[in-house]
Amino acid sequence: MTSIPRLPTASLTTSCRPVFFSGEVERYLLPGVDLESDGSDRPTLLLPFQSSLLVITSHRLVFVDEASSSAREIALSAIIHAFPLKKSMSIRSMFASPRVRLQVSISNDGTISEKGTKSSVITLVMRGKNTDPDVFYGKFMEVLRSREWELTASADQGSTGLEGSSSASGVNDLRITMPVVGVSGILRKEQEIWESTDKNLQDAFQDLNALMSKAKEMVQLAEKMRQKLLTTGSNSQGSSNDEEMGSKQDMQDWLLSVGIASPVTKETAGALYHQQLSRQLADFVKTPLEKAGGMITLVDVYCLFNRARGTELISPEDLLQACALWEKFDVPVMMRKFDSGVKVIQNKSHSDDEVFARISSLAQKPDALRKGVSPSDAAFTLGIAPALAKEHLLSAESRGLLCRDVSAEGLRFYINLFNEIDSANIYTIKSHGLLNAWHLATTVSG
Amino acid sequence: MQKLGEFKLPPFFNYPPYFTLQPVRETREKQVQLWKDLILDFSRNQKIFLISLEEDFPLFSNPSIERSLSHEAKVVFLSALVTDGRAEWMDKGHKKCLILWMRIQDWADYILRFVRENALEDGVMTVEDIRSGFETRGTELAGIDRGVLMRALKLLEQKGKAVIFKGSSADDEGVKFSA
Repeated sequence: MTSIPRLPTASLTTSCRPVFFSGEVERYLLPGVDLESDGSDRPTLLLPFQSSLLVITSHRLVFVDEASSSAREIALSAIIHAFPLKKSMSIRSMFASPRVRLQVSISNDGTISEKGTKSSVITLVMRGKNTDPDVFYGKFMEVLRSREWELTASADQGSTGLEGSSSASGVNDLRITMPVVGVSGILRKEQEIWESTDKNLQDAFQDLNALMSKAKEMVQLAEKMRQKLLTTGSNSQGSSNDEEMGSKQDMQDWLLSVGIASPVTKETAGALYHQQLSRQLADFVKTPLEKAGGMITLVDVYCLFNRARGTELISPEDLLQACALWEKFDVPVMMRKFDSGVKVIQNKSHSDDEVFARISSLAQKPDALRKGVSPSDAAFTLGIAPALAKEHLLSAESRGLLCRDVSAEGLRFYINLFNEIDSANIYTIKSHGLLNAWHLATTVSG
Repeated sequence: MQKLGEFKLPPFFNYPPYFTLQPVRETREKQVQLWKDLILDFSRNQKIFLISLEEDFPLFSNPSIERSLSHEAKVVFLSALVTDGRAEWMDKGHKKCLILWMRIQDWADYILRFVRENALEDGVMTVEDIRSGFETRGTELAGIDRGVLMRALKLLEQKGKAVIFKGSSADDEGVKFSA
């Protein structure tokens, strides 16, 4: 061990959630983690921040520092070995923070990465208050053992060709690969794939926990099987297959609307559930907000978010709490409640004044001067949902910009002329101004 | 310009929100002010002393824009006049409202001025004469509500400017003004 091992940086979203790769799924969260290089009396800190949030994914360990909005990572493939937890009964160890020691592979320049030529031992120190080291270790080993990063890697390889016997990671790969030559090589490769697929199915169905973690693979499997059924022997199978395919289609469609492959669940995040959910929600809500013109009702967000999660649906209370937490973080969205009680989510940059300016100019068009503006008129012109348009009209009314007109035709709004009328001169209309514009528009039409 | 009988209606009479009770406080205040003035102006012009909420009052609807005031709105505007001392509810149920487009005190002053200008001091007039007689034709007194007139005369009596007494016929009373 000559130099201090370095960790590559990891990218975060604007809500301080790790940016996941395709196929990467979040597995466990642990707050209050430090990383030290091993040995000697004075351990060196390996992270430029303290007490980070450790996010264990199927592919990496990501150490997130929310205060500085930065993160570092260790690829799971770079972990050669995780030492078992020491069960020491000394008084000192009872009060010390639990530690997990890992042997990691280091490249020539000192960065922790797979396929390094050297190795080093580092220590994960768990300083979080309610950390149970055994639970953490169990989960960590589970993720490490499942080696999902290899599955993605080999899936990529399988699709590109049949050449070579390369494997995903040199040091850790325990599979035996044989040289692939000729037709027999092709057949053997196919056989290997089917065997591993079969094993996958068995593993998955034995253990529900494992099924959850294999969810992504199951989707891929379902897709492959569906393709197979569609192309071969579909005629002879008859209608029973249509049903199967129908339900597979349903499942696929359902999962297709997934925008989130790593739903934050109470299982993966534990005590941090609401915090992480809140951040994930802030990320998610950006695209729908843009499409809707900067404001969406909370009800709509509830539907969209749950549909995207697919499973592990959140309750309305969870959603409310998640939105309420936004005040504590620096996220670009906020929740807002209108006087009528309607709750919406809007961009912090949303400007009420801008909306009022647009409403005001809409209300001064000749048609609006004659007949007023209904919520659906406003929705159409402003390009927003009718419920929101009504909220905006009501807000404009309470600001004194508009007046309401209730009649058999329903609720409509007119530009407020009351302020333009001079009580001492009610019969005169000044030649310029709003009152005159209104008068012209309404008398011309008769 | 639209008219209601002889009365000229202001332009905003055709503004639909004028006929909907406004919820926003500032807007409501403005609206109430305009209605109070309009009711008084119209009543003065048409010599209307009583508005009954159980009957249609022409000022309270505008057929050309198909709008009328709701019952609640009428009560709000009339109550505002009552608060100002320009109207009085005649019944507990607030169905009939006396409109004082001239206050009782103002009527008393008007009568006194009229009496002086026409040198009617020391003369005797019946109440009915004052209401519909030859002398008062063309003045505000013509067609004045009897109740209002009596109250004004009583006010003058209290001030020592007039004396009311029972007349020759059972119904009528007479007034003698003093200088």
